[in-house]
Amino acid sequence: MAYDLKMRVWRGDAEGGELTDYTVEVSEGEVVLDALHRLQATQTGDLAIRWNCKAGKCGSCSAEINGRPRLLCMTRLSDFEPSETITVTPMRTFPVIRDLVTDVSFNYEKARELPYAELGPRDADGKRRMMQVDVERGQEFRKCIECYLCQDVCHVVRDHEDNKQHFAGPRFFIRYAELDMHPLDTHDRRKLAQDAAGLGMCNITKCCTEVCPEGIHITDNGIIPMKERVVDRKYDPLVWLGNKIGLRSKDDEGRTEV
Amino acid sequence: MATTDHGVSSPTRARIDARTLRQDRWWLSPLTTFVVFSAFVVYATVRAFMGRDYYASPYLSPFYSPCLGDCVEGASDFGQPFAWWPLSAALIILIFPLGFRMTCYYYRKAYYRAFWLSPPACGVAEPHGSYSGETRFPLILQNLHRWFWYAAVLVGLVLTFDTVLAFRPMPAEYAVGDGETSGIHMGLGTLLMIVNIVFIWLYTLSCHSCRHIVGGRLRHFSKHPVRYRLWTWVSRLNESHGKWAWYSLFSVAIVDLYIFLLATHTIQDVRFF
Repeated sequence: MAYDLKMRVWRGDAEGGELTDYTVEVSEGEVVLDALHRLQATQTGDLAIRWNCKAGKCGSCSAEINGRPRLLCMTRLSDFEPSETITVTPMRTFPVIRDLVTDVSFNYEKARELPYAELGPRDADGKRRMMQVDVERGQEFRKCIECYLCQDVCHVVRDHEDNKQHFAGPRFFIRYAELDMHPLDTHDRRKLAQDAAGLGMCNITKCCTEVCPEGIHITDNGIIPMKERVVDRKYDPLVWLGNKIGLRSKDDEGRTEV
Repeated sequence: MATTDHGVSSPTRARIDARTLRQDRWWLSPLTTFVVFSAFVVYATVRAFMGRDYYASPYLSPFYSPCLGDCVEGASDFGQPFAWWPLSAALIILIFPLGFRMTCYYYRKAYYRAFWLSPPACGVAEPHGSYSGETRFPLILQNLHRWFWYAAVLVGLVLTFDTVLAFRPMPAEYAVGDGETSGIHMGLGTLLMIVNIVFIWLYTLSCHSCRHIVGGRLRHFSKHPVRYRLWTWVSRLNESHGKWAWYSLFSVAIVDLYIFLLATHTIQDVRFF
């Protein structure tokens, strides 16, 4: 059943912009991205939207709908009352390019600061072996589609532009956690996570977990375990004492601090 | 309204004046947390400083257990090494459960949102001009959570002991009929203490630090099958850590209130046998 949907869409660029009202015909079963595409096709041919797969897997169409960071392609119109006005804005943490498109290069800069896995020597037969139970834990983090909604909602950078320099953000904390849990990696990233990535800036208010379209338990399974690993290294007198008297933790054997 | 050059209104970002465009009742959750936690803090502070009406044999209030100060007769099952302590005996012991909860990863989320508005809710701009997270004193002390966890395990054991003792016979003044003061007894207080200790253990064992200590710190689960199994159990409990935090907060206050009402003879214990 078709009906007229009232929308407010942010139009503008870095120089300025405003929320503009539109009415667009939509049908049952459509998502917000469908409505924007129809708007683009019928009324505003120059509306800028970044999108790609329309299946919630490419992470391109991140935006904010009624103030909440969401994927445009995964937000059903049936979640709203037909009479409700839907407000769509670009992500408010990143520099705007035009309309709903933002410059997310901050995230790629942070990605470059993170050392990739450095694997140890191969087994005698030239192969590398990992037990299934050891790799399963990191698999959850591999679901990340890099939509950067977690980075967008994180108040550390959303509300404090000056923190961007010293804070990698939740997407990269789960990358740190994934690599730190890697059974073959030889890097010890705990110091890096605390110092350069600013893990201590996170106050675990869990908005990243709330907005993740992949349902990754970013805080409970990634950030908090990483914080606990930093505690192991720096704030646990028992671990410190163990190191001093030669009872080193075997967990970190073969790893080099980066 | 946001300021003109800060946070979501920084120069390069989309110019939107509103600090949030959320239309749902995002303020309800932090407000509820604020009201309930404040009420608990006021109640717990009053009770902790009272220094009386914490023991109604055989029940001992969890706020005063173990009672190590100059406590009333029958309340000190672990002696009175701090008998010289001039203030309420609760103040000697409460620092441990208080520290455990203050540094708890769930409570941190709750009070950073509800009390410090950092942020009040997701996608709602916080009012502060600067932010350093948990990198500086005093918030860097949040890293001591696991030490409070060790203490919380000991406190949990003591409260478990108290719950067993809650089956003791009631004193003669509570006797009804013939000879009910001998043998084991169970009353509403016993039941409340059982419920409380179950929630206390669920909360303590579902702790993120506990999860890390039992197995989360390992990189090779395959080499530690027992610890891995323990980790999976704690992980399952951990999913509801916030729920156990709330339930145990209420249960501990309700047990204390019940014992207070008994000790002041406002009510009489409901006896099951």
